[in-house]
Amino acid sequence: MSQVRVLVGTRKGAFVLTSDERRARWEVTGPHFPGWEVYHLKGSPIDPNRLYASQTTNWFGQILQRSDDGGASWAAVGNEFQYDGVPGQHKWYDGSPHPWEFARVWHLEPSLTDLDTVYAGVEDAALFRSTDGANSWQELAGLRTHSTAPSWQPGAGGLCLHTLVLDPSNAGRMFVAISAAGVFRSDDAGQNWRAINRGLRSEGIPDPDAEVGHCVHRISMHPSRPNVLFMQKHWDVMRSDDSGDSWQEVSGNLPTDFGFVIDVHAHEPDTIYVVPIKSDSQHFPLDGKLIVYRSRTGGIEWEALTNGLPQHDCYVNVLRDAMAIDSLDSCGVYFGTTGGQVYGSADSGDSWAPIVRDLPAVLSVEVQTLP
Amino acid sequence: MIRVVFPPHLRTLAKVGKEVEVQVEGPVTQRAILDALEATYPVLQGTIRDRVTLRRRPLLRFFACEQDLSDEPPDAPLPDAVAMGSEPFMIVGAMAGG
Repeated sequence: MSQVRVLVGTRKGAFVLTSDERRARWEVTGPHFPGWEVYHLKGSPIDPNRLYASQTTNWFGQILQRSDDGGASWAAVGNEFQYDGVPGQHKWYDGSPHPWEFARVWHLEPSLTDLDTVYAGVEDAALFRSTDGANSWQELAGLRTHSTAPSWQPGAGGLCLHTLVLDPSNAGRMFVAISAAGVFRSDDAGQNWRAINRGLRSEGIPDPDAEVGHCVHRISMHPSRPNVLFMQKHWDVMRSDDSGDSWQEVSGNLPTDFGFVIDVHAHEPDTIYVVPIKSDSQHFPLDGKLIVYRSRTGGIEWEALTNGLPQHDCYVNVLRDAMAIDSLDSCGVYFGTTGGQVYGSADSGDSWAPIVRDLPAVLSVEVQTLP
Repeated sequence: MIRVVFPPHLRTLAKVGKEVEVQVEGPVTQRAILDALEATYPVLQGTIRDRVTLRRRPLLRFFACEQDLSDEPPDAPLPDAVAMGSEPFMIVGAMAGG
């Protein structure tokens, strides 16, 4: 019988939730790294027992942890993230120049093809790669030295590289999203990058359709169709059918198109999920009702999924890395909230139930489908 | 031996108790103690001082002999009581409430 393992990063530690394929009864372990912010955990697609975790506090900085036994035990690995050469400057919130300073690892993305290769997206925005199981890190500096980088400005969470998507059909192609710079694509394994933000419009910047400056919250891809990308921007849900060369808005009938997460069904490449949030100034669901919206048409037409979700007095947020999808035949969908709930659906979103209700604020959710 | 007192999170990381002892060759300074600590417990690299600049992390303080020595030069000699091991060198995290 298959198993699923949900990896949850929170403001005060990490938790591992496991269940069999029925996904009805869950075992919860944790907190791992108690008291630390765990921005992200993720497992290798090659060996699911190889996990990485980003553990950080403002007091003691960045620690990287690795497990080789599915989270039963952990060991600290390399935490030296040194920008390549003189880091230079980006723009600060007030528009003044500000030196590039490493703050934390937001996102860890294990390689699709090599067990010991893993990527780290960091704040201040840059991409690092390790080829020795996270013991040492080297910057892929072509991103941070992109010609537009001196104009990048942080979003409210910092100038963070929070999303990295690897193309399973093209070993050299990868996509990153940076708040608030936008989306970038490399076709040579991270050496060179181009901004791919054509079609995005953002009212909070002087030129709404500028080459960079867009606060992209999340992008996702179905592995069977890597040229199609979906995006939850600050405002607007977007879609690209040409690997990001151009984007079209697919917010359609959503009641509000602000939000953070977006993800794709495991077996239906045109079925996507978002959790609309009221606005950029009110980071909670509309009317106190927590609703996942699902589109079976790749956007435009959306249906509200409410069965099992709180429909009154709910004022949590769902952060950008806090939704994940398993690959069981009846596809499971999971998301975590800033109120400490992790909700799961074992039927593609038709019905929901809390797996846990009282964790610290959830920063990230990943899921592994285990044989 | 130099006595060093850790905050709880660093004890967990280094897998030690509240206080450890380290051997320092030559003058007993902040830098010498931190070098010895990081050599003995590599997991602490980057957690007390920045890995590149070696500056004290902003939310940590260094106390000893009822004095705040945080802003003393890293190569300034520490009090004799620390050097003699009769008083600990304390690494303290800024208080966090809320």
